[in-house]
Amino acid sequence: MKRLLRGARVVDPANLVDGQYDVLIDGERIAQIGRELPVDLADGGEVLDLPPGLVLCPGFIDMHVHLREPGQEHKETVATGVLSAVTGGFTAVACMPNTRPVNDNASVTQLILQKAREANLARVYPIGAVSRGQKGEELADIAELHEAGCVAVTDDGLPIATALLARRALEYTSMFGMPVIEHCEDQSLKGEGVAHEGPVAASLGLRGIPGVAEAITAGRDILLAEMTGGHVHIAHMSAWTTLEAVRQGKSRGVRVTAEVCPHHFTLTDDLLAAPVPYDTNAKMNPPLREARDRDAMLAGIVDGSVDVIATDHAPHHYDEKNVEFDRAPFGIVGLETAVSIALDRLVRPGLIRLPRLVELMSVNPARVLNVPGGSLAPGAVADITVLAPTLPVTIDRAALRSKSKNTPYHGWSFTGGVAATFVAGRLVFANPASGWPGRG
Amino acid sequence: MDATAATALSQKNLLGIADLSPEEIVLVLDTAEAMKEVGRRAIKKVPTLRGRTVVNLFFEPSTRTRTSFEIAEKRLSADTLNVAIGTSSVVKGETLVDTALNIEAMAPSMIVLRHVSSGACHLLSRICKAAIINAGDGMHEHPTQALLDAFTIRERKGRIGGLKVAIVGDLLHSRVLRSNLLLLSKLGAEPWVCGPATLIPPGLRNLGVRVTTKVDEAVEGADVVMMLRMQLERMQGGYFPSLREYFRTFGMTQERVARAKPDVIIMHPGPINRGVEIASEVVDGPYSVILDQVANGVAVRMAVLYLLAGGADDETVA
Ligand SMILES: [Zn+2]
Repeated sequence: MKRLLRGARVVDPANLVDGQYDVLIDGERIAQIGRELPVDLADGGEVLDLPPGLVLCPGFIDMHVHLREPGQEHKETVATGVLSAVTGGFTAVACMPNTRPVNDNASVTQLILQKAREANLARVYPIGAVSRGQKGEELADIAELHEAGCVAVTDDGLPIATALLARRALEYTSMFGMPVIEHCEDQSLKGEGVAHEGPVAASLGLRGIPGVAEAITAGRDILLAEMTGGHVHIAHMSAWTTLEAVRQGKSRGVRVTAEVCPHHFTLTDDLLAAPVPYDTNAKMNPPLREARDRDAMLAGIVDGSVDVIATDHAPHHYDEKNVEFDRAPFGIVGLETAVSIALDRLVRPGLIRLPRLVELMSVNPARVLNVPGGSLAPGAVADITVLAPTLPVTIDRAALRSKSKNTPYHGWSFTGGVAATFVAGRLVFANPASGWPGRG
Repeated sequence: MDATAATALSQKNLLGIADLSPEEIVLVLDTAEAMKEVGRRAIKKVPTLRGRTVVNLFFEPSTRTRTSFEIAEKRLSADTLNVAIGTSSVVKGETLVDTALNIEAMAPSMIVLRHVSSGACHLLSRICKAAIINAGDGMHEHPTQALLDAFTIRERKGRIGGLKVAIVGDLLHSRVLRSNLLLLSKLGAEPWVCGPATLIPPGLRNLGVRVTTKVDEAVEGADVVMMLRMQLERMQGGYFPSLREYFRTFGMTQERVARAKPDVIIMHPGPINRGVEIASEVVDGPYSVILDQVANGVAVRMAVLYLLAGGADDETVA
């Protein structure tokens, strides 16, 4: 079936496209992009005349998501996770291996992919464990994981335990062209820490996690990537010192890429003290840091040293978060707030323009993971995120499609949201508030 | 009375000194003086809290703080219920929220909470109708300790503003320190803190306090020296090499006390580790007010209970 989308601005930086164009979808793929494309929908296609102001982009890919299945289905399942993803404008997600059991073998990978096929919404790219059981002792069967469909490896939740294991992982994965994704955090410096080490934690009496705990592991792995020629991807970067390590690595030509989460470029640890003191929805790992760190993340997004915006979507059940701060699990949901935050805090104030946002949320994650997408060239998969940059959005945790509601942004208002999401040519989400035509 | 003087507390709870204005702190101290007078009577009891239930909910063992609250409650004629929950039973048992909701169902007027987690009192205050009194939450605050310390200082020195107060010990993990720094700053004292560099939290300097690792510098010319308890597990955590070395470097000896003002007072929130943070001769010396602190604790806690109960129209203690 063919579908012609007319009247939107098309932003496709991988093909240097930015302007008013028609987009013709044929089945699961992009057929053509051009001006005033002839309407020839012989075999029952449709023409969608879009309201003014919408922006069509290659589908957004969130490369850091915890789907919790198997093992913690009370927090999230693959089905609820991908529903949350398409609602938030993501056409694909890459899911972390710290499930129960850990995704360190093909049977777990296959289970996740099977659940994703059944849900049939966003694409799901499993990420395998670096080490068996994420125990940090020996490599998992990475070739088997790769064959089963894993696109990267990580021990996320924890750093790779030793420099030697990180070295082996970087060497071994280079055979399959997969990146090693690193959760950077020196465990001895982290200790029992639950918040960023600084004045706020000091006044609240919370044990601190210093910023350099992150930078030390990042520095280690960047040096190892340089030595081995492997590709290290720094997950959820939060400290200015880590960004410096990434910049230095890039300037020396090391294969290092890095991601930042929306909370780390919008919030600081002040949120731990007010408006709700000890709010467990302000507890995540890495923690919210200081203004200097937050501003560094923004600067990195602007100057290109940050490659990817990812959410670290980490659903937790209400009961698990409704406890003492130091007993609460780390993490917040992010799939349904990221696009609004990015449009409102990055594009609207003019820090970056839309093509750069599309690089950060579509082109670059596709390249880092070596997966389809990131382009609207003829023949590319018809994964499309349609943005409504002027749509007023107020975050309501009760309205989230994720199974968990642990967001610090409840009640926040943003300008900009998602109008619609297409995966493989199929409309999987449409937001009636955006003026999306026809059935919602 | 001064026109700006407070006559009641603006908050329903006492979660920390952070929430009190200087005027409110003075109100508590003044009220505690009246309460101390009640303690001198033959019948040490007033009917202020008659018919009201106060629950002492202690998730951390603390005989002295719990006993002090309990005596204060009884002197105010409250019905007192002690609930002590060991940390081990929390791990497998119900959550703090569920425990609090169960207690709340018994409709107490106030809950006195001691808990290992910083912010536990804030959590409780969001789910309970009862007034919450913080009897020590993790490494955060211990407001009644700071109030009784201030009461003791004022009793001995006649003022708090302008005094040099040296606080020595574990600055990183101490809730007593946090509450005292807030209070002393609010009342215009000049606090100095001193401890091993490994036990100084980053950001302490931002709190408007002089920080030093040289104990002589801290004690020099001090009006008040306040020692913090040094816990054995800090040594096991690698913060300093040995208790012997700690005492050598930071322990309060008579020689060190000699650097302070001649009328210095020595304070300690207890329990004391003799020969670790403080020499026995200093504990038992003439300048030690450690036992006054214990006695004043009851009066200050009576004042807090009384004020939070909205007892300003109660004439029996005036
Ligand atoms: Zn992580």
